[in-house]
Amino acid sequence: MDKSFFTQHISKQFNEELEDIVNRVMTMGGLVEQQLADAVTAMVEGDQELGEQVVTRDYQINAMEVELDEECTHILARRQPTASDLRLVMAVIKTITDLERIGDEAERIGRMALHLLEVDRVASPMAEMAQLGDHVRRMLHGALDAFTRMDPEAAVKVAQMDINADSQYEVILRRLTQRMKEDTEAIPRVMDIVWAARSLERIGDRARNICEYVVYFVKGKDVRHTSFEKMAEEATGDRR
Amino acid sequence: MEVRDLKLYYGNDQALKGINMMIPKGRITAFIGPSGCGKSTLLRCMNRMNDLIDTARIEGEILLDGGNIYDPKVDVAELRRRVGMVFQKPNPFPKSIYENVAYGLRLQGVKNRRILDEVVEKSLKRAALWDEVKDRLHENAFGLSGGQQQRLVIARAVAIEPEVLLLDEPASALDPLATLKIEELMFELKEEYTIVIVTHNMQQAARVSDYTAFMYLGELVEYADTDTLFTTPAKKQTEDYITGRYG
Repeated sequence: MDKSFFTQHISKQFNEELEDIVNRVMTMGGLVEQQLADAVTAMVEGDQELGEQVVTRDYQINAMEVELDEECTHILARRQPTASDLRLVMAVIKTITDLERIGDEAERIGRMALHLLEVDRVASPMAEMAQLGDHVRRMLHGALDAFTRMDPEAAVKVAQMDINADSQYEVILRRLTQRMKEDTEAIPRVMDIVWAARSLERIGDRARNICEYVVYFVKGKDVRHTSFEKMAEEATGDRR
Repeated sequence: MEVRDLKLYYGNDQALKGINMMIPKGRITAFIGPSGCGKSTLLRCMNRMNDLIDTARIEGEILLDGGNIYDPKVDVAELRRRVGMVFQKPNPFPKSIYENVAYGLRLQGVKNRRILDEVVEKSLKRAALWDEVKDRLHENAFGLSGGQQQRLVIARAVAIEPEVLLLDEPASALDPLATLKIEELMFELKEEYTIVIVTHNMQQAARVSDYTAFMYLGELVEYADTDTLFTTPAKKQTEDYITGRYG
């Protein structure tokens, strides 16, 4: 992030408060990224210990969201921020909501990993799951990076990766549907993998949301529920 | 009301550098900006208060209902009846509450007691002061609190049915609750009057106005609807000012 954003307020205290919430978003984002990576590894490799660790660590993310929410509320009450300061606080509040949900999805994947038997793992498209997991993790990393650097153009590129995430998800879903047709006994356990794949797909959507908040924060344009073309246009255009 | 290429000089100093703006009817327009930016000067131009300053020289026009208020044929007293003004410090006359409100009408030669009673009651009600003073209308206005005095002054202004109300820092000498009452009053009054307010309090501008103009060094830097100006200002100067950054 351009350091000057945090150095130019007449109130040094306010500079520090804004810098602090952004730093804390990054810390939270880092933990969520780790959770996601561990959850996917636990699922794909059948690492039970790692799966349990993901499940037990989720509370840390929840606590971070609550603390950050409180800090943002204090800033709104005390500073009554305007313009880019206001948009930053709004973007932080929204981003941490999505991060917390990504944490929940990672926890869900971790739980599913604990349910799976080795036979399910062998018979399921785990290579594809690993690929989708890696893809959405890169999306999340890219979204947080765009946030840190206040880079709306990078945010658009990351958001566009969601198209690929959706198509990867569909391929996995087709494979799993096929397996359920062939082995009806396995349906309850295959459904766990379906839910995990669904969680990964949702993480892609949430990473995309974070990219949209970056465009809002930097450009003052709300690009939620618009096309990628529109988002790209707003991200590169003048502010008004 | 429309301001067209308005320039004002105090001697050799140019205080307003060619201001152009439309002030919409039935809306609240706020002027913000640092001290000395020209916002109060611009406000005072709107009912020709600057005429009272010997060194002030004005170029350009201000149109009220299509007519230039600086036209030599304009009767300034009549203009000030149509464009009322309220100042930072409440300035009631050393008279009773009743006589303060009735003052403008008496100047116009109204003597009928019933009409005066009616206008005083209606004006005090519009200024949200009636319930607080109805039992002591003939007491001296100086006995009122600062916030009440300011509402009394607004009642006095609306009693003569102006079209435009100019408010110069109307709440800066008041406590937060009295300030909120004035702001609520402005909201009530905007249905009937065009209101222009100068304020140092940016949150106040954000709360009450429909449009906000940011002025700096005698120029109109940015003028937009208030929501836009406070969330996504177009100019860096505006952004720096409203976010409290070094310009």
